[in-house]
Amino acid sequence: MSKPLKQIHLAAHFPGVNNTTVWSDPAAGSHIEFSSFAHFARTAERAKFDFLFLAEGLRLREQGGKIYDLDVVGRPDTFTVLAALAAVTDRLGLTGTINSTFNEPYEVARQFASLDHLSGGRSAWNVVTSWDAFTGENFRRGGFLPQEERYARAKEFLATAHELFDSWGADEILADQAGGAFLRDARAGAFVHRGQHFDIRGRFNVPRSPQGRPVIFQAGDSDEGREFAAAGADAIFSRYSHLKEGQAFYADVKGRLAKYGRRPDQLLILPAATFVLGDTDAEAAELALEVRRQQVSGATALKHLELVWNRDLSAYDPEGPLPDVDPLVGEEHISRGRAQVRMYRDPLAIAREWRELAEANKWSIRDLVINTGNRQTFVGAPATVARTINEFVQADASDGFILVPHITPGGLDPFADKVVPLLQEQGVFRADYEGTTLRDHLGLAHPDSAAPAERAAS
Amino acid sequence: MSPATPFDHSEHHHLHLAVALDGTGWHPASWREPVARPRDLLTAGYWADLVAEAERGLLDFVTIEDGLGPQSSHPLDPDDRTDQVRGRLDAVLVAARVAPLTRHIGLVPTVVATHTEPFHISKAIATLDYVSTGRAGLRVQITARPNEADHFGRRAVERIEAYDSPAAQGLVTDLFDEAADYVEVVRRLWDSWEDDAEIRDRATGRFVDRDKLHHIDFEGRFFSVKGPSITPRPPQGQPLVTALGHGTVPYRLLARQADVGYVTPRDTAHARAIVAEIRAEQEAAGRSGETLHVFGDLVVFLDDSQAEAEARRDRLDTLAGEPYTGDARIFTGTAAQLADLLEESAGAGLTGFRLRPAVAGHDLPRVGRDLVPELQRRGRFRTAYEADTLRGLLGLARPANRYSATAPAAATAV
Repeated sequence: MSKPLKQIHLAAHFPGVNNTTVWSDPAAGSHIEFSSFAHFARTAERAKFDFLFLAEGLRLREQGGKIYDLDVVGRPDTFTVLAALAAVTDRLGLTGTINSTFNEPYEVARQFASLDHLSGGRSAWNVVTSWDAFTGENFRRGGFLPQEERYARAKEFLATAHELFDSWGADEILADQAGGAFLRDARAGAFVHRGQHFDIRGRFNVPRSPQGRPVIFQAGDSDEGREFAAAGADAIFSRYSHLKEGQAFYADVKGRLAKYGRRPDQLLILPAATFVLGDTDAEAAELALEVRRQQVSGATALKHLELVWNRDLSAYDPEGPLPDVDPLVGEEHISRGRAQVRMYRDPLAIAREWRELAEANKWSIRDLVINTGNRQTFVGAPATVARTINEFVQADASDGFILVPHITPGGLDPFADKVVPLLQEQGVFRADYEGTTLRDHLGLAHPDSAAPAERAAS
Repeated sequence: MSPATPFDHSEHHHLHLAVALDGTGWHPASWREPVARPRDLLTAGYWADLVAEAERGLLDFVTIEDGLGPQSSHPLDPDDRTDQVRGRLDAVLVAARVAPLTRHIGLVPTVVATHTEPFHISKAIATLDYVSTGRAGLRVQITARPNEADHFGRRAVERIEAYDSPAAQGLVTDLFDEAADYVEVVRRLWDSWEDDAEIRDRATGRFVDRDKLHHIDFEGRFFSVKGPSITPRPPQGQPLVTALGHGTVPYRLLARQADVGYVTPRDTAHARAIVAEIRAEQEAAGRSGETLHVFGDLVVFLDDSQAEAEARRDRLDTLAGEPYTGDARIFTGTAAQLADLLEESAGAGLTGFRLRPAVAGHDLPRVGRDLVPELQRRGRFRTAYEADTLRGLLGLARPANRYSATAPAAATAV
């Protein structure tokens, strides 16, 4: 008897502020107007996706001391867009990335609890941390945090938020019009938190929301990040969308759950994935190359190389060979406000490797960036993509995917129309929503409410 | 226009009307009325219904109350009451949730300057402007409640006895000065992208013209903020900024930063004095050429007869265990009587009113269905929405961008 097929979870990432998003295509629309978000969300809901996902950035990226102008720039406020999307959707989960460094628990908890009420139990929080003084310049609190403290603060932030969510029981509001009692207990919402990062007390003012707490996502990949997720997250937004590394990540993270008394199905692993569809696999491959060329203009290729070289390369020809000078190491980095920079820990080694690759393949700078950068995860005819996704999930490399289309807002439509029906036919993706909350879609239990006695003591 | 027309129907004589939404209404016992729906207060449907009702009445906008702690019958401390509504939703998110369901009415949530980040609020209200296609505003509020400071743990707020006590003047002045800086930052961030900053120039590969993105470099007594915003300039350019004031210190905030101020005159003579003081402050702030609406706040009990309205108020007062009083004058009577009062107050220089329904489920429909037709008969209120944006409804032009090199000088001088 083979094991039963896993059900796939699918989510839609609104195209982001980076060069995956192709703005130069004639089909590319606004990434700010609400109509784009509404179109995108309706497509995801029509396809019965689990949720929509919004990223966040709190300072415009700079490179070489200037605002980076080659990618999509700017985005609306996460909470506000999600609350508005709750009005144009009925079932779709609404996941927002919210920073734990540049916010305070009381405010964030009331925003997520409010969003959960206003969406009938569809909110999720992707908890991210940050530590740069560059972003902190936009905030009265500043926000510089030594790197080693960022997870400590994030952990305490999340724990504090949970204490706030749990400060109201589900049955506190009597609203007994005849008898005159609105609240069951005058202490509803009471909390005290004393910790290294937060020392707060008082009463939380948003009563218990439909999901109790929003669904919690974590996106960091470091050992600390994985441990943070294993300890308390409901899902991980991972970057491993290739089979072997996906399986390794999956086994590693799911293996960490037992020591927290958690089962493997209590933490979902959902890698980001891009896709290009064609009528045939060959056509899709051709289209994919075209998309890569749109994503990496000559100017973008040079800027991308600067991230490794850490110096101004504007004098170089993107269609020519790689620079013969070496990267600048150990100085202030040329790029600010961009997460990617952390990935280049040993620039000299990368430069060496890239030069060798370029020489062996006769690649120009632009060719190199096109070929070594983020190539699409799934490329093929709909049947090929559906099969690959299913194999990936059944092989325990993930529990599903967060799909990142490259066109705003219509980039998800072909996937919804052509791939989702195939997954539904195979019985590995829901034909319709079975529940109303995001926890229902993800198969996550409603958190236990703390008993009133514990609440008062906490 | 014919001079023989008995009523002057020109927009100039139109009053502006807003409604202040707060839970089941402003009377603390309002939740016990059969129409009140107290169990729905945390649902989107409740708020959507209220705002739809206000929009059917062609009102300019709704405000939505909020706070960073539970509601309290005490102005500065929490209480332990269980007989009144406690708990609420974030007002900005309520406004965003109803925005796609409405088309004309302005949405003005309360934001608390004292413990929040101007960067976050600026992009939130800009985004509310996008999701409502040009109908957003904010009502800025300060808090000197020590218990709310304890919810954040970032600053101690000195305990005061009352907002208007002499001992409290220093603290309250600081909180309002901070709020003025806060609004300045919010406004600069709204302008930090010029309208045509997004160029999508395929030839050069540039998505934005970065010369049209501006650091705001605000440095003040209380905080500094670099900018630019992450959100492009909103549809209205500058969404509506409003605030409630009860004295000279907040009047200065209105004069410096607001498009609409809410005030609480006891009577017409008091209204005249308040308007004169605000206009003087406005001139002192160098804004005498700009439109600053001054709205009178009134709590309203509206019924078919004055006796009915008074009986309802008495019934609610009995349920509450004490007569309802507040900062604003309480009107109890018919729509025609209220229309008389509004017209008289308008003569004192008020340009509009923010009505606080005593019972949202009763008095809000009465505003739209009784008061508005009465004012329309008198030629004092619109008969259809005449503009697509909230600024437009209030006769405010879309302002030039302070950072735009090509801004016509006249736009700021007139």
